[in-house]
Amino acid sequence: MANVVGSSVCRTAVDEGKPADWVPGGEKQTVVDPMKMFHELPREKQFITGSEAARESMRRANIDIAIAYPITPQSESMQQAGYLYDEGYIKEYYRAEEEIGTFSAISGASRAGVRSLTATSGPGLMRGLEAVSSWPGARTPIIMLNMCRVINTPLAIQPDNIEMSFLLNTGILMLHAENQQDFYDYPLAAIMASEQVDVTLPAVVSTDGFFVTHARGPVSITPEEYKLPPRDGWRSAVPAMDNENPPARLSRDAPIQKSNFISYHMHSSWQQEVFAAVERSAKYFRAYLGGLVEVVNPGAEDFIIASGCAVSQAREAVRQEGEKGRTVGLVKIKTIRPFPTEEIFEAVKGAKRILVPEFNQAGWLHKEVCSVLYGRTTGVIKNGPRVYGGMTMPTEMILEWLADFRKEVK
Amino acid sequence: MAEEYEVKRYNIRMAGIGGQGVVTASHIISNGVVISGGFSSLVPFFGSEKRNAPVESYVRISNQQIYEIGEIIFPNVIMIFHPSVITLGKSYTMPFYTGLKQKGIILINSNKPIPFSRDEERELEEKEARIYYLPATEMANDLAKTDLATNMAMCGAISGIFGIPDPVSLAASVKDRFVGKGIVVSGGTAALDSAIEKKFAKKQKLLEANQKVLDGAVQYTIDQGWSEDERSVATSA
Repeated sequence: MANVVGSSVCRTAVDEGKPADWVPGGEKQTVVDPMKMFHELPREKQFITGSEAARESMRRANIDIAIAYPITPQSESMQQAGYLYDEGYIKEYYRAEEEIGTFSAISGASRAGVRSLTATSGPGLMRGLEAVSSWPGARTPIIMLNMCRVINTPLAIQPDNIEMSFLLNTGILMLHAENQQDFYDYPLAAIMASEQVDVTLPAVVSTDGFFVTHARGPVSITPEEYKLPPRDGWRSAVPAMDNENPPARLSRDAPIQKSNFISYHMHSSWQQEVFAAVERSAKYFRAYLGGLVEVVNPGAEDFIIASGCAVSQAREAVRQEGEKGRTVGLVKIKTIRPFPTEEIFEAVKGAKRILVPEFNQAGWLHKEVCSVLYGRTTGVIKNGPRVYGGMTMPTEMILEWLADFRKEVK
Repeated sequence: MAEEYEVKRYNIRMAGIGGQGVVTASHIISNGVVISGGFSSLVPFFGSEKRNAPVESYVRISNQQIYEIGEIIFPNVIMIFHPSVITLGKSYTMPFYTGLKQKGIILINSNKPIPFSRDEERELEEKEARIYYLPATEMANDLAKTDLATNMAMCGAISGIFGIPDPVSLAASVKDRFVGKGIVVSGGTAALDSAIEKKFAKKQKLLEANQKVLDGAVQYTIDQGWSEDERSVATSA
């Protein structure tokens, strides 16, 4: 609809009931340098939900196409995306049949060289995981918003971020938003990083459903008349496909079809390159987000390492400990992939006690932290506290664990 | 902030049933606090969006920055929007006062006291809970001619009891909800909105009716001597 100018395929604005002189919102916006958008433009504080923060982020993201299938708690955000489509900020938008279809279609959109957005939650992510796993190797920059939700039986719609552990080794870039502010900022940063020529990978911004998406919080946003530069589909490690004239021998000689040394070698080096590209993205996230981590109270003996919602709970614990005259440090991990190995080590190398509070049963972040600190620090890393199944982690729980920890490790 | 600075924090847990506007009420109170210059956050908690299903919503109010998110496990204020939350156990939190902090306030929408079991009575006494009964549905029916304004009475009572949000900010928040930039509560509320709008020819009339209920509830809390304003009710979180 929004594709009024030069539209040969799409329906026109008039077809959709818009006046003949209607100008899509996106065309009234001015492209701005990403660094300027992230760090220099003035910001206005609004008191909005995480879903509304996602909408404002999408409004400024110069998105060509969005495809999604509704699932709680993602539905509210994609309902908002519908308004953006109507206003002409997203050029194409449709509801796919289900998540395998959604994630396959969005992959095709990205291959065609346009900026592509999708969103899902827990069980939907699980359903479409086959397609998601194929994105990084296909070198398709895609932005996926993931509003975490319980995936296990019994059924629940509340937040639990176990689903993120299924993405850890796919090669997708992973950011974990703590609050509504992050859910506004991170998608914009993720889009720009994912489209860099030495990255060319999909990115997912996860946040906790309901606690962020349906909750209100303060969000500082840039003026809506500015948007990110458009995607340049040719500036990719794997250039965009011309779908008007698709290459005829698309999958001939695909490595998977031949079992010989050359094909294995090709496949393994392809994977190595994907994961090297994940590491190369770090420099962009450092620039866009001001670092892969945020450190509160550096040099403390007690440290909490957390991502997502657990950071908010940890901040309150740090505040309350501070009131009692005890300094507790906090490392907020912004990017799960690339994992900020050296930043974490630098922050906690002097710590005696390290807690890793998480909103999942498996403790995937604890395992990640252990794997990068093993043999490098003398601090004791505690396996928790953890809540799951949609439960909240009360600050009191972190405080109790800290108190017990101090008794155990003098 | 070197000078004397008292940290005030109210953690409110609201429980009601689907269609009563519990989540909307939490948005209105929270937004009202922010309009008045305070800090607030909220999170709703519900299953499938259908009438009569249990709904909870949590509002944090403070005069300093709030970090915590998620459900409020240890509230110092509990709002019960419908007696069946207690009598039929239509709630995610059973018993309804679980986690209530010492000397906490329970505001119940009921025109008469609810008979508690012996265990419940004992536990409420041990917690020194202050239980206030507000005939919110009756007030909504009397003043706005619809029980859909029950949530307005509950919002007004909170303003009357705590003074945060103040009645003016609360009124501004209600206006934001219905005629301002709009508040995104959930997909289901869009349908509810149109139902309300059919009842009121114009949104202005809707606002006036809501305002009557808000004012009535504020006055009721004052008449009952529930107002905490000026009295110290600070609880460390």
